[in-house]
Amino acid sequence: MKNIIKLKTNIAISEKGFMFDPSTGDSYTVNAIGLEILGMIQQGKVFVEISDMITAKYDVEPSSFEQYFFDFIAVLKQMQLIENNDA
Amino acid sequence: MHKKQITVALSGLNNIDNPGPGIPVIRGIRESNMFEPRIIGLAYENLEPGTYMHNLVNKTYKVPYPSDGVDALIERIRYINDIEKIDVLIPNFDSELFTFMKSADILKKMGIATFLPTLKQFEERHKSNLPKFGKKYNVKVPFSIALTNINDIDNLTDDFEYPVVVKGKFYDANIAYSKEQALIYFNKISSKWGLPIIIQEFIKGIEVNVVALGDGKGNTIGAVPMRKQYITDKGKAWSGITLDNKNMLDLTHKIITDTQWCGGMELELIKTSENELYLIEINPRLPAWVYLAVGAGQNLPEALVNLAMGKFVKPFSNYEVGKMFIRYSYDMICNVDEFQELSINGTL
Repeated sequence: MKNIIKLKTNIAISEKGFMFDPSTGDSYTVNAIGLEILGMIQQGKVFVEISDMITAKYDVEPSSFEQYFFDFIAVLKQMQLIENNDA
Repeated sequence: MHKKQITVALSGLNNIDNPGPGIPVIRGIRESNMFEPRIIGLAYENLEPGTYMHNLVNKTYKVPYPSDGVDALIERIRYINDIEKIDVLIPNFDSELFTFMKSADILKKMGIATFLPTLKQFEERHKSNLPKFGKKYNVKVPFSIALTNINDIDNLTDDFEYPVVVKGKFYDANIAYSKEQALIYFNKISSKWGLPIIIQEFIKGIEVNVVALGDGKGNTIGAVPMRKQYITDKGKAWSGITLDNKNMLDLTHKIITDTQWCGGMELELIKTSENELYLIEINPRLPAWVYLAVGAGQNLPEALVNLAMGKFVKPFSNYEVGKMFIRYSYDMICNVDEFQELSINGTL
């Protein structure tokens, strides 16, 4: 859980949550919280840091957030938007 | 900048739901800062929409089908050239390329320049020769065989597992999930495009394409990769987006260098989930979506015209990633007089 999750470097993410993978042409949208989490991932924050920030800001239990977070990461992996698979 | 007056004749004015490349090629040429072009359309049918697009096509002549023989087509071109003084001719259909390639010297004597693949290049990339092509140039291709007899469908399971892709010599491809479907597609495609029918291994993945231009000396003048975002029931792109994909570009450069490709080309590729690229087809001409390359910063039709006229063309070094095209249909209102003129006199 201390591993840094790396988004593929060429992924473009707009302020409105539009993601574009220029190597495949695929595009995705994320909601506001997803966008916030992606921003933290891009800043190099690890899961514990992200969890602390999100659970402090929003009404969510750490255990629930952990489940949601790794579901989200699994989707990113499935979409091949993540560079390393160690997270 | 002084614009050079040139006369360009081209075919592929069938800007329909399975469009020919003529109109997008013309748009590229017309948007060039180097030319003041007069565009001569070569039409096989009376209702090819480009014929009636007078803002793009100055004059159109009906021409005989390549199947009528080389002589008939070349005599018609000679007649047109006597009137129009054609500088460059760009054939845009696979089915007519052979005739024009064989006649390149005759056309040259008429003062008409072309920029086409050699017969060897044209032949070795044929769908039926693709396995040999892959072996020769060390490019991944799906296994395929060419069938001339419908009874051979019975024995397909010796070499293939269903589904398989059933393809025509020039156009059309369908995925057959059973022997019965393969028989239907064999009949359907062969009745339209003749034999052989190509049976190709089905590779699971995403179809991606590259439009490119080779200078005939091994150099890639331009190349733009694209992914189709919306595909019609005819398998044609209705929308597409340019990609930043080094593997696709490297493969394109390799093929153009290894084959010394001369002219426009479209690579049809399948990208698997393991990011492997399989070459499924090389179309020996600019594709109907070439205007996306123009929009992304590579005016390949302009470069092709310059190369045909023997000019040095500096290779393009970049293009805009994430540029999209979206096709649309549009109803033109025309007078029956125009239709009559083309039908009776063969010119418009």
